[in-house]
Parts: sequence; C-alpha cells; structure tokens
Amino acid sequence: MTTLLEVSGVSVSFDGFRAINNLSVQFAEAELRAIIGPNGAGKTTFMDVVTGKTKPDEGRVIWGEKNISLLGMSESEIAMEGIGRKFQKPTVFEDQTVRQNLAMALKNPRGPFAVLWHKRTKANGARIEAIAEQIGLTAQLTRIAGELSHGQKQWLEIGMLLAQEPRLLLVDEPAAGMSVEEREKTTNILREAAKTRAVVVVEHDMEFVRRLGCKVTVLHEGSVLAEGSLDHVTRNQKVIDVYLGRGHA
Amino acid sequence: MGKSFLSQNPSVLWFLIGLSVFTLVVTLLSEVTGIAFISTSFVKTLGKTLCLCLIAVAMDVVWGYCGILSLGHFAFFGIGGYAIGMWLMYARTEIIVLESLAGQVLPPTPQEVSDAIGTQIFGVVGSSEFPLIWAFADSLALQLLMVVLVPGALALVFGWLAFRSRVTGVYLSILTQAMTLALALYLFQNDSGLRGNNGLSGLQNIPGFEDTSQATISIIFFWASALALGLGYVFFAWVVSGKMGSVIKGIRDNEARVRFLGYHVESYKLFIFTITAVVSGIAGALYYPQAGIINPGEIAPIASIYLAVWVAIGGRGRLYGAVIGAAFVSLLSSWFTGGGAPDVPLGFYTIKWTDWWLVLLGLSFVAVTLFFPKGIGGLFDKLVRKPS
Repeated sequence: MTTLLEVSGVSVSFDGFRAINNLSVQFAEAELRAIIGPNGAGKTTFMDVVTGKTKPDEGRVIWGEKNISLLGMSESEIAMEGIGRKFQKPTVFEDQTVRQNLAMALKNPRGPFAVLWHKRTKANGARIEAIAEQIGLTAQLTRIAGELSHGQKQWLEIGMLLAQEPRLLLVDEPAAGMSVEEREKTTNILREAAKTRAVVVVEHDMEFVRRLGCKVTVLHEGSVLAEGSLDHVTRNQKVIDVYLGRGHA
Repeated sequence: MGKSFLSQNPSVLWFLIGLSVFTLVVTLLSEVTGIAFISTSFVKTLGKTLCLCLIAVAMDVVWGYCGILSLGHFAFFGIGGYAIGMWLMYARTEIIVLESLAGQVLPPTPQEVSDAIGTQIFGVVGSSEFPLIWAFADSLALQLLMVVLVPGALALVFGWLAFRSRVTGVYLSILTQAMTLALALYLFQNDSGLRGNNGLSGLQNIPGFEDTSQATISIIFFWASALALGLGYVFFAWVVSGKMGSVIKGIRDNEARVRFLGYHVESYKLFIFTITAVVSGIAGALYYPQAGIINPGEIAPIASIYLAVWVAIGGRGRLYGAVIGAAFVSLLSSWFTGGGAPDVPLGFYTIKWTDWWLVLLGLSFVAVTLFFPKGIGGLFDKLVRKPS
C-alpha cells in the first residue's frame, strides 16, 4: 500500500506546553485507522496540524504521491487537496436544509463566480441522493438541519465530508453522545467509506474502537506510544499504565 | 434567473408588484398630473427614501446574509453622491459661465472658460484651480463610471486588507467606522478638492433641463430610484438565493466550517463587500440630486450606524425587511425631527421630539434586538407559513 499522508517529527508547543512532541505517523491510501489516547494526548492538535489550522514548530507533513508539503497551505487549499475533517461537535449549517448542506459540500468549483452562476444539475442531484442514501437521511433532505436529532446531524456531517470526495477523512469522536443503535450505523458508514479512502477516527471510547476493528495508534503526551491491532496495543504494558494505572508509573 | 427564479422566490414578485403600485400611485397623486395631493418636496422625500431602501438592501446582504457588520457603507453612498455631484456642479456652472461670457466681443478661450468655472466652484474655499480629481467632471459618462468604480475600488482594497488579515466581528465594524470617519475628516478639509465642509450644492438643478419644472424632475428621479430599487432587489435576491446564498449564510453562521469545506472565505466576503459597496454608490448617486446638497457630514460614522439600525429594526436576513426598516424608520425620523410630532407636556418637563427622537430610536433598537430579533419583517413569518 502506498502512503497517503506522512507526518514526521512534528512538534507543536503553546506557551511552552508541548501539545505534540516529535510525532511521526503514516496513513495508507485506503485504510481505517483509530487514534486513541487520554485527554491532552494531542489528538485534536494533530488534526489541527494536518488541516492547516495550526502551524507546527518543526517537522514535515507530506501528502499524496507527489509528496506535497501541507505546511504553508491554507485550510481551504488543504481541503481542496482532499482532506476532510469532521469536528467533535456536529457542525452543520442549522439554518439550511439537509440538501443545501450537502450541495454546499459537494465536490465542485469553489470560486465565488463559479458558485454565483452555479446551476442545479441532474448529476449533482443524483450525487446528493446517493450520499443521502449512504447516510440514511433520504427522507430528511428537505428538512432544516437544525431540526435533526444529534445522531442525524453527525451523519449529515459525515455525509458532507463524503460529498467533498476527500482521500483522507479525519473524524473527531463520531460516536460521542450516540445510542447503541446509532453507533452501529456510524460504524457501518465509516467502514464503508474506508473502502475507497483513508478514514482516521479519533476516539477515546474503547468499545467503539473495538467495533471498528481496525489498526490503532495510541497517542500519549504528544507522541506515538504504540501501534497495531487493538488487542496488540491493549496488551502493551505502557498503554496499560497510561490508561489504567498511572499510580505505579 | 427567469421564470423559475421568480416562482421559487414569490416574495420578490410581491415586492415588485408593491413597488410598481406605489410608484404609480405616487405619480398619479403628484403635481405632474395636476392632482397635487403629494407635494413636490414630499415626492423628493419618497424618492430619497427609495434610495435609502436600496442601500439598506445592500446592507442586509453584507450583514444579514454574510454576517459582516459593516458600519461604513454610507461612505460608499456618499462617494456615489460626490461623483455625480461633481458633474452636476461642473456642467451647470459651465452653462452659467458661458452665458455670462457670451456678450463679449472676443469669444473666450477654453482656458478662460475653465478658469471662470474654477473660480465659481472653488471660490468658496479660496481657490480657483481644478484639483486632479475633477479631471473627468466635464463628462457625464465618465462620472457615472466613477459612481460605480470608486466605491468598488475602495471596497476592494479595504476589504482585501481587512479580510486577508482575518479581521472579523466587532473589530471589523470598528475598522469600517474608522474608514468612513477618515473619509469624512478628509473631505472636511478645504484643500480636499471637494469644497470642504461646503460640499457640493445646487444638485437639484439638472444641466440641460433648466426649463423643466422641479415637479417633473422630482418624478423622474422618483421613477429612477424605484427602478434602481427594483433592479437592486432582484439582483440581490438572485445573489442570495441558490448556492451563493448557502455559502454566505454558512460564512455568517460558521466561518471555520465553510473554510474546511474548501471555500476561500475571504474571496466570498470580498465579493459581497464590493458588490454591496457598488450598489451603495449607485443609491447615493440617485439620492443626492434629490437632496440637492451633499457635504462631508453625510458620511459621518453615525450615518452608517443608522443604516445598521434600520436593517435590524426591519429584520435581518430578509431583503424586504431591510426595505421596511429603512422606509419606516427614515420616514418616521423625518416626521419626528421635522417637527411633525406634537410635543408631550409632562407638566414639569416638555418632551420635544426634535431632541428626544434619537432617544426613542435608541430605545426601539434595544427593544427590537432583545425582544424581536427578527424585526418587523419577522411578523410576516407569522402570517405566511412558507414551505422550505
């Protein structure tokens, strides 16, 4: 498998606090990966660096087969390169319908004039229908997004990400606040999406990670502590110390 | 645009019908038909109000839809007024000068004519030289171009600098206030080239139409203002419908999210800021010939704040709300400040509305913000249940 994203030797500090410390991690073309770690392990900062929100103090972030450096690119440029991000809190445009939300996210020219002259086409309509089908919101297309349930908003946001047709999907705690049923559906959506692209799920709910059944990267104090299958990392003594018993460390 | 656009936006059609009926009724009742139920000066007030409605619509797009609380759009309005005022003043002074020089034995040289016009216009600020910015003042076509180009260029440069540095929220509002204040202070100077605090006057006299009565001229400007408002309304309704509307409302509600969707938020803000500035310039160019005079006081920071108040009272995020707010508040304002409202004797104190109107306006603004965030336009929601 070819490497899609390579983060190497990245460090970020805020006012002396090292949120990320010499972090190196790689993601392949089409894989599902979970990143776990206790609070303050640097999970969110890692996503901020990849999506261009935070500039690292040192290190490299290399993207795609052309080995482009993502550092120095703006958020919108990185998004156009094919990196989509789902925030922890569902952030959809609550004033607008599900269809409008998806239409905005659909991969199309993003310039103001292209958007101004944009016309609804059958092809775009079909893409929206297909995504709505995938996230199970077909019946809700004309509803205002603000009226959706918490779970539906999460799926809508995942749907918006899929509509962007990204090659890498960063998903921040998708299962937070979801019922068991909703979790199951979320797992299926993510597994399905990971067949054609890289999906990186940041999560600290072990049960949900187990459901995903994928390779796991454990972050601790801003760097990788362990990597492998969930069973492999949970047997790792360092991981046990960090997660279960800091007392005897 | 076309049929589907109007059928998808029934409020636009209703607005156009209402505007047409209003224009027709005012015309029929004006002095030109002989009925003269509406005086020429009131026709001018109504025409000016339509121009204020147009800039309010622009303000609603930039603030209500795109979330940029610009407190400087009256600067663009004023620039539009100055641009057209320069031609009006130049052309009319030229006619007067040529008439007065006509009796001479030797025909005056172009230099003499130019000097005489310069003395007439700039004598009041102790000068007779034409400043560079008057270079195109003899051409109506070029000055009309300036009405559009100068506000557009200023908005483009200012917006580019501000949005590029990601200045948002109240900081941006303060910056736009500073812009309009700086422009007003500059224009107040006698050597600004625009007659300092005297401003440009006599703008109601349209060169070439000396024999046309003010009643007729006022009606023509009233029609032009109504046409501009109608076109502006349809244009902005088209801009905010569809995908552009989705994106700018998204920017208003969650700028960062739009950015992560891959949209270059700054370009969108700049686009909206600039087109609304251009429309504000056009509104100003129609307003000041009806007002007759423009001076730097017109673009004082408070003017742009009023604009925001109108839109807030009328109802943000709906174009007809802006029209209602601007019309309602500005007409009410001229009624109160014009001495139309009766004083309220309280025994120990008499409330004179000329002094207290601003207090009333301020209180209404606070009340609307707190209790009716959707403004007057929000009342329509209760009447019409619009399927979305």
